[in-house]
Amino acid sequence: MKLLKCPMNGVRPLSEFVFGGEVREMPDPNTCSDKEWATYVHHRNGAPGMKKEWWYHGPSGTWFIAERNTMTDEVARTYLYGQEDKQ
Amino acid sequence: MPLRLLKYAMSREHPAPRFFRACETPKKSYDAVIIGGGGHGLAAAYYLARDHGITNVAVLERGYIGGGNTGRNTTIVRSNYLTPEGVNFYNASVKLFEDLSQDLDLNLFYSTRGHFTLAHTESAMRTMRWRAEVNKHVGVESYVVGPDEISKACPQLDISCSGQAPILGALYHAPGSVARHDAVAWGYARGADHMGVEIFQSTEVTGIDVQGGKVKGVQTNRGYISTNKVLSAVAGFTPRVCKMVDVQTPIIIQPLQACVSEPMKPWLDTILVSGSLHVYVSQSSRGELVMGSSLDPYEVHSTRSSLDFVEGLTTHILDMFPFLSNVKVVRQWAGMADITPDFAPIMGKTPVEGFYLDAGWGTWGFKATPISGKTMAETIANDRAPDLINSFRLSRFEEYELTGEKGAASVGH
Repeated sequence: MKLLKCPMNGVRPLSEFVFGGEVREMPDPNTCSDKEWATYVHHRNGAPGMKKEWWYHGPSGTWFIAERNTMTDEVARTYLYGQEDKQ
Repeated sequence: MPLRLLKYAMSREHPAPRFFRACETPKKSYDAVIIGGGGHGLAAAYYLARDHGITNVAVLERGYIGGGNTGRNTTIVRSNYLTPEGVNFYNASVKLFEDLSQDLDLNLFYSTRGHFTLAHTESAMRTMRWRAEVNKHVGVESYVVGPDEISKACPQLDISCSGQAPILGALYHAPGSVARHDAVAWGYARGADHMGVEIFQSTEVTGIDVQGGKVKGVQTNRGYISTNKVLSAVAGFTPRVCKMVDVQTPIIIQPLQACVSEPMKPWLDTILVSGSLHVYVSQSSRGELVMGSSLDPYEVHSTRSSLDFVEGLTTHILDMFPFLSNVKVVRQWAGMADITPDFAPIMGKTPVEGFYLDAGWGTWGFKATPISGKTMAETIANDRAPDLINSFRLSRFEEYELTGEKGAASVGH
């Protein structure tokens, strides 16, 4: 069984979590071009590497960030959004 | 074939014939380079040579041919999709598959079994009716059947699914088939090789040379090859290849796992799929049950398989067939699937001139092998995509014209 560390609840089985995709900057919809917006909506950075991702712990309703290598599936660290420095 | 066999009967020596030449040193330049020696890439090479007379072509394969998703799928061929674009496209593929053994002079064990997509809820039944009507409209033989007809076709199936999810009906698709998937790759490789295409195994592309928005060549571990046309047909490696030419796509990679049971006497002659139970199962010509499930739930670039997968899948298989409880799973594996947001492929031209994409094949690639090869060959030869694949173009995303293909297997919707 794979495990993941929730910043609020500690190490839990992976089946309790939902993957939320890579953390991405949203361009300002009022000023960006249609092409930039379409890129934001549809395109993804699909190449492997170390990525910052959204994950959700279902039972406690906690959204948090995991830094994970998508090639090796190793998680470097997890933390609540905006609390990166407190870890 | 029979004459060749007769010759062996007369001779004391029985050397195994090579399917294709063992090419090692690439030429300095080719008219087209195909990255990826899977079914799709080899089919494109075959049709480029046969239909368009372009034979100065190199196929570059990082591992061995057919060793990627071509050899990792559950070999199902069908066309009972949801959108008219999808149904037309996959139907053209089924038609090519039906004659492919003759075309390639190789027995692909293409076996038409009939295909049931089981519905366990009223909403699933509604989707089945919808798919049946779209299929019929386009001329594909699919219709909705009730539990009695399913029981008649497969008496071993527990229609109540252990009382957990009783089957209300199914979408029956008469042309649903299975085929020997590696033979498809080998057949296309042999056909292409005979016409002059060179196939390089253990040959990895490390970079693509783009100058002024045009492809000029590819860098490989066997040296630089200059060419003006490159086709990427690399399944789970698409994001890596696209990064070399700076082309953006919506594709992310999720593993898709499958497994086979120990061989049994033939008892299952149809193909059964259940979206609700996340199961598809057929019996191979060797007697093994070939079973697949849904995608792994997050992005990983790896072909490692997991215990979670077999546990989950076999639980649902036992809901359908309780008598299999003593049957063993003998092999399991995973492939890396190119997942797109609308469950339709990405085919055709890209913003880089001379760089063509045959990608986004997620969990629906094997059945499209012949038609994708044929249409991509046409795209490369004419530098223009045929109408059949127009709705699969990469630019559909910026134009907000997604295809919405919900007939794909093993994806939740």
